[in-house]
Amino acid sequence: MRDLLAALAELRERLQEIPQADERRLHDLKTEILGRKAGALTQILGRVPTLDPSSRKEVGAAANALKLEFAAAIAARERELKRAAGSVAGLDLTMPGRAVWRGGLHLVTQVVDEICDIFRELGFTRAVGPEAETERYNFFALNFPKDHPALDAQDSFYLGDDLLLRTHTSPVQIRTLERYPPPIRVVIPGQVYRRDPFDASHSPVFEQIEGLAVDEGISFVDFKATLATFARRFFTADTRVRFRPSFFPFTEPSAEMDVQCQICKGVGCATCKQTGWMEILGSGMVHPAVLENCGVSSERYSGFAWGMGPARIAMTRHGIADIRLFYESDVRFLAQFAGGVR
Amino acid sequence: MIVSRRWLEALLGRPLDAREVAERLTMHVAAVDAVVPLHPDLGDVLIGRVLEVKKHPNADRLSLCRVDAGGAGGPVEVVCGAPNVQAGKTYPYAPVGATLPGGLKLERRKIRGVESNGMLCSAKELGLGEDHAGILELDTAAPPGSRFVDAVPVADHQIVIDVPANRPDLLCHKGVARELAAVLGGTVKLPPIAGGAAPAGGTARGGSAARAAEGGVPAGRRRASAPSGRVTSGVVDGVEVRLEDPEGAPRYMIAVIRGVKVAPSPGWLTGRLSSIGQRPINNVVDATNYILFELNQPLHAFDLARLNGSAVVVRRAKPGEKIVTLDGLTRTLTPDMTTICDAKRPTIIAGVMGSADSEVSPATTDLVLECAYFQPTRIRRTRRALELSSESSYRFERGIDMLGMPDALRRAIELIVAVAGGELREPPLDLWPEPQQEKTIFLRPERVAHLLGMPVEPGEIERRLTAVGFFLAPKDGRLAVQVPAWRPDVTREVDLIEEVARLKGYDAFPDELRPYRPGTVPDAPEEQARARVRQGLVRLGLLEARTMPLGPPDGPDSVTILNPLSAEDAHLRRRLLPGLMRRVEYNWANRNRDIRLFEVGTVFRKESGSPVEEWTSVAAVLTGARRPPHWSEGAKLPDMDIWDLKHHFELAVDLAAPGCTVEPATGGESGWVAVQRGGEVVGRAGPLEADAPVWAAPLFGLEVRLALTGRAPVVYRPLPVQPPAERDVALVLPGGVSAAQVAAVLQRAVGPLLERFDVFDEYRGPGIPAGHRGVAWHCSFRDPERTLREAEVDAALARGLAALEDELGVRRREG
Ligand SMILES: [Zn+2]
Repeated sequence: MRDLLAALAELRERLQEIPQADERRLHDLKTEILGRKAGALTQILGRVPTLDPSSRKEVGAAANALKLEFAAAIAARERELKRAAGSVAGLDLTMPGRAVWRGGLHLVTQVVDEICDIFRELGFTRAVGPEAETERYNFFALNFPKDHPALDAQDSFYLGDDLLLRTHTSPVQIRTLERYPPPIRVVIPGQVYRRDPFDASHSPVFEQIEGLAVDEGISFVDFKATLATFARRFFTADTRVRFRPSFFPFTEPSAEMDVQCQICKGVGCATCKQTGWMEILGSGMVHPAVLENCGVSSERYSGFAWGMGPARIAMTRHGIADIRLFYESDVRFLAQFAGGVR
Repeated sequence: MIVSRRWLEALLGRPLDAREVAERLTMHVAAVDAVVPLHPDLGDVLIGRVLEVKKHPNADRLSLCRVDAGGAGGPVEVVCGAPNVQAGKTYPYAPVGATLPGGLKLERRKIRGVESNGMLCSAKELGLGEDHAGILELDTAAPPGSRFVDAVPVADHQIVIDVPANRPDLLCHKGVARELAAVLGGTVKLPPIAGGAAPAGGTARGGSAARAAEGGVPAGRRRASAPSGRVTSGVVDGVEVRLEDPEGAPRYMIAVIRGVKVAPSPGWLTGRLSSIGQRPINNVVDATNYILFELNQPLHAFDLARLNGSAVVVRRAKPGEKIVTLDGLTRTLTPDMTTICDAKRPTIIAGVMGSADSEVSPATTDLVLECAYFQPTRIRRTRRALELSSESSYRFERGIDMLGMPDALRRAIELIVAVAGGELREPPLDLWPEPQQEKTIFLRPERVAHLLGMPVEPGEIERRLTAVGFFLAPKDGRLAVQVPAWRPDVTREVDLIEEVARLKGYDAFPDELRPYRPGTVPDAPEEQARARVRQGLVRLGLLEARTMPLGPPDGPDSVTILNPLSAEDAHLRRRLLPGLMRRVEYNWANRNRDIRLFEVGTVFRKESGSPVEEWTSVAAVLTGARRPPHWSEGAKLPDMDIWDLKHHFELAVDLAAPGCTVEPATGGESGWVAVQRGGEVVGRAGPLEADAPVWAAPLFGLEVRLALTGRAPVVYRPLPVQPPAERDVALVLPGGVSAAQVAAVLQRAVGPLLERFDVFDEYRGPGIPAGHRGVAWHCSFRDPERTLREAEVDAALARGLAALEDELGVRRREG
């Protein structure tokens, strides 16, 4: 009995180790003392029933008390350690945090969405059409004359006699006019193909956004206002725009819209070739022949249409000199825009 | 199209500011791409008059000149080495301190002991030509001391206009000047030709029926003469002309000029051509080129002596007929091409290029001068077929002014006679079997207001249109508008409305947003589906890529491009994964190890029935660390493995093809497939074999066809209020038994009480029989209505275990 009480007294000393123990040491102490089979206290308690009744009570009480003390001390230390793990005291807070991979949309997708969202606020929904098109949709219904230079095979990729990869998203104008009655207000994003060798400023494949509005009484003023509003929302509210004559078979009057150069703010720089302007989109009032080709009365209805290149707009806005970067998919390039461009 | 500022000034009779011209043209006519100043580096050079020429005291070949350069200090002494210096004449003079082209800065210096104050310059020293044998003698009335560039027409601006395909009238100076007159004010008048006199007589109709000249008609108002029979042949000055292909050449004029002397052109003429970048050749060719760039009338002069049989025949080429064009190449012709022939053979491919052996040469004395209108489509097809284009073909393709031909020919004759001598003994022959009138279009002023959104006064409409050559007459409340023949682009009312708008200026119209009606077109479901997939994959930490849809074939049903840019890019992609794999290899080449890319793009397949089937595909590639390394966790984190792929695939399928199930692939394929309800496979995922560097992590890929069906709406389940009962179950699975089978049996046998059933461990080794494996599940039991008793849970689990042992031979693991 004496030896057991002495052993208990010895164990009690070890209580002092607990407040200093780290997580690992604490775990060891717990096993050493309170372990289910080999724990020192467990073994003492295991011998209590073999003692004579007079000692049994004394030793049992002392051992149980010590067990509770240990349990309490260990629990207290465990709480303390847990608190310390969530505390920043003594840490170098300049060390890097723990990250997860960050995904992101392609820059061109972001610009397409941004443009389409602005037009959505102006009442335009998103429409799409096939990339392999017939000559009728790609050219003739759009009022291209039969021997227009754009029909030269060297400018388009042909898949068959009367099947080519669309050279613009304009065929969807025709598909939309054939399928839905006016009023029509759509933007048409999509991939288009031109037979240009891949170089810093040309890609045989690129993204285009077409737009079309057709209704009774749509005028040149509506056309200018809608596109100028877009430009001021896409760039800045004080961006100046100008419209100047141009030529497209499917619009009349036709216009090119320029915005004030975003780099020099109109003063003139190398990017804008000292003009102070950047060409943003080709546009115009829908040619009456296009409406007629789709069975829409050109006397009753009028409208406007435009087309623009989001990749080129992104290049101008972000100072990207080489269009091939958009297709190389270098993760260092893609990751730069992963957080969004605005 | 390059135009010269000075040339425009000559037509408009007023000075012009090149920048202002560029701005007005851009805003009202056509975009100006560039304004290039010519000889801006001659600003320091002055006009100097040589008063006296003495021999240099110390050098035989040098002379000592007293030069009046207008300076306040009186004449200066200049040493000159040119043999042609003469007292009383005027030369370019560069004073001390002047900088010459090439950067040479003149200093006062002694030449053979005599001080020279500047220099008299040769053409070469001024960058004006190659002539350096003598100094440049000037013919100018400008007083000594005037700036050279002000006195001599070398300083100029080239204005580079991006002429749209529908505006051939802008391919000449007169046409551009006409537009400028309309927006700047003023009138266009052809400048008189130095030493020229309008040729006598008019033009002759076919046969001998002479036809009155149409001289003296103001620009923009010419009437075609009435048709006078379908005459298609005639004789002019002994040359027989036969128009056998009036379809290819609806109007054909020929003049014969005899006794010309082919020589270099006078300075004013070479100056005009040089100012627009054209190389002078000889006086006859230069004269025809001048008319081309002044009036947009291509002319062809050829040597009468070199014609076989003094005949000019306009006919379709015979099959296989050959001609050696000016560029020295032999061309084989077809009957789709119009040719100009002599009695025997073709000498010119009409409107495109002449032959070397009919061309004007220094020996030429008698000229045949052709002024024609060739059918635009015919010329375009010929040009394309022969892959041969010229300034003339460019203009004929776009359509020239058929009614302006007599004026152009008359001016050409006047110019040739003025610069090369010779005489016109008979009026030109004009073969025009079906004369045409200017077309008339009706314009409604209220339609102008309707389409432009702003009323434009009829007076303004008339003023604007008249200024560029239209002729207006009111008729029944509308305006009958006669369209000048140089405007083939104007064919209907809306074209005239565009004319009004652009001449008024697009900027003159307000840009106020007016109310609009909402459209009838719903958002395309494709676009919604693509957006949903893109957002979902971005949330998984993937970067969106865009790859080229052109590449090598990918299976027998790849779509072939008939006219590819290169053999490697002759097919449309059938899947996105091959393209994405190449992008992974590209990133590996840039030493990037952690790559997670996805693409949402169109793919194509050859289809029997329809020529091409296209649809949207969704694909992703994964390789490298599962997440970015952190310093607290040591250097290396685990790389993504097949289980990362499975999760990405399941999510991608859920996003792109809702309702499809992901199942292990069968038939020797590794990975998984996405299967539609009908059993059709719409997606695949698995490890990929790529050209990987040794340090690269394993590469995985997935691809699934985008379905346009929306996802089923989310069904909400109320949150449970009863506590769950948890059990961990370690099972031993015989070989061939899958986790999915165990799950199915357990679920069925236990019933709805089994709420969740998650694998938390797999184990092979000691304690597990060979060919078996241990798999541990964490099970949650719950009854939504009441708290389960322990005994109920144990009984339910025992039911499940019994079924597992029965059906699959799966037993609970001992111990
Ligand atoms: Zn700028």
